[in-house]
Amino acid sequence: MLKNISNLGDAAVYCDFGSEVNEKTNLNVISYFNSLSKLIEEHKINGINNITPSYNKLIISFDLSTTNYLEIRKIVLDLIVDNKINNNHKKIKIPVCCDDEFGLDFNRLSDKTKLSKEEIIELYLNKEYFCYMTGFIAGMPFLGDINKDIRCDRLETPRIKVPKGSVGITEQFANIYTFESPGGWNIIGNTPQKVFDPSNLKEPALIKPGDRVNFYQISKKDYLNWNE
Amino acid sequence: MSNTYFEILRPGINTTIQDKGRNHMYHVGIAISGAIDQRNYKLCNKIVDNDLSDAAIEFAYQGPLLKLKDGKINFSITGNVLFKIIRKNSSVEDGICYKNYILEGEEQIDIISTKNTVYGYLAVKGGFELEKVWNSYSTNTKANVGSNNGKKYSIADKIFIKNSDLQINKEKKIHYDLSSDNEIRVIKGTNFDFFSRKAQSIFFKKEFLVTKLSDRMGIRLSGHKLENIVSTNIKSEGLVRGVIQVPADGNPIIMLSDHGTIGGYPKIAVVISADLDLMGQFTPGSIINFKEVSLEEAQNIFKAYTDETNRYLNECN
Repeated sequence: MLKNISNLGDAAVYCDFGSEVNEKTNLNVISYFNSLSKLIEEHKINGINNITPSYNKLIISFDLSTTNYLEIRKIVLDLIVDNKINNNHKKIKIPVCCDDEFGLDFNRLSDKTKLSKEEIIELYLNKEYFCYMTGFIAGMPFLGDINKDIRCDRLETPRIKVPKGSVGITEQFANIYTFESPGGWNIIGNTPQKVFDPSNLKEPALIKPGDRVNFYQISKKDYLNWNE
Repeated sequence: MSNTYFEILRPGINTTIQDKGRNHMYHVGIAISGAIDQRNYKLCNKIVDNDLSDAAIEFAYQGPLLKLKDGKINFSITGNVLFKIIRKNSSVEDGICYKNYILEGEEQIDIISTKNTVYGYLAVKGGFELEKVWNSYSTNTKANVGSNNGKKYSIADKIFIKNSDLQINKEKKIHYDLSSDNEIRVIKGTNFDFFSRKAQSIFFKKEFLVTKLSDRMGIRLSGHKLENIVSTNIKSEGLVRGVIQVPADGNPIIMLSDHGTIGGYPKIAVVISADLDLMGQFTPGSIINFKEVSLEEAQNIFKAYTDETNRYLNECN
């Protein structure tokens, strides 16, 4: 449930759903997001610019020239949250090639987890993940939770450039770098699949919060010949 | 489609198309983008009688050298900008900001540099031949979304200009006050109490330096490391323009228009809306300090900021 609501600066509302990160909390955040988005689409509320759901928070930014904190706060507090909107979450399968050329951090992961590369891959593939949120860079999904035995901190020194398509893990989460970007996640492979497509105006992000994701391994040959 | 266009003879350092910004895409990971200095962006459109939300060219430091092809336009440049107009007879005119000019085919605009600021704006009467992506013309170079395929302009690129009626061409001018202030007003952030008493006091009492690690995504500050006594990481959550995050190294980072949509560093404060234009214009080497205001004060200051913008806009009516 919504635990606390406050202002983030003069043009955003900060909604806190509790400190725990789990699917139940996150689905609650997503329900608030969907319910508010529906009101915006139906032009029933004005002035909201953006809504950002994350693990356990929802941040609503608004146009200070048309509304203010107290008005948007009231909209959130009075909101009738419909858990059924858009809950047709998809199941998505993502190919990943874990050849050494792409799996940049298996040595580090093996050191930290005392598992072989093969064991790490097996534990990684053998799970269905939940998408908590997308963002940081366009379309990047934050997936969880990965098996406890392969959890590992971020790199001590982040890479200046993580290649586009890289599949990374850190702590209980997995992600996919939709663009070349700086980053500190442990990279275990690369996907040839387009995860963010700006030419798809309706749904540019392949994976959305609430979706379920499975990874399956492909060979380098399949990777190079990948054709969507 | 019009045949009138700018040919880019020199692209400048970071020349893009910007407007009010792109909303309702944060949840996908696409930032608001838009002009860093919203007031100057609006004013340059106003001077050429455009809709205030038309696309404008934004440039940073060294701007572009543009040659007009096939046509005649009415343009204006705003900001604190040094520019020249190269006429057909090769005579060179010193440009003045905040007024409109007629430019004929084969004539050039040479935007030499911004002065003591980072960004300037160029608008052309009638606007550019561009298409909106997710309801905005803004170029987002991080997600490669928007005008020019989400990329900054390069040499030999063309920017097409819509045909417009130049029959009635009144001279328009705004008397803009270019004086600046080094005090940035902020509201305490959601993690203000993560920082030691000493760090809290330093944040509001000491001066910070704007470093070279600054761009449309954000501004990194240095000068005083802010000690965090709770946790240097939070669960990643949404960000908005103006949020000041403090990573483990203790040096604050201010989010600007192209910021990552989520972040995991504690938020010590948020720049008030009225000071975002000013904040974005600080050049590396600038010394700034922060002043705390309440939410109510911030709202009143924003009203005053809006009134002042409207006063400038009304000079052109």
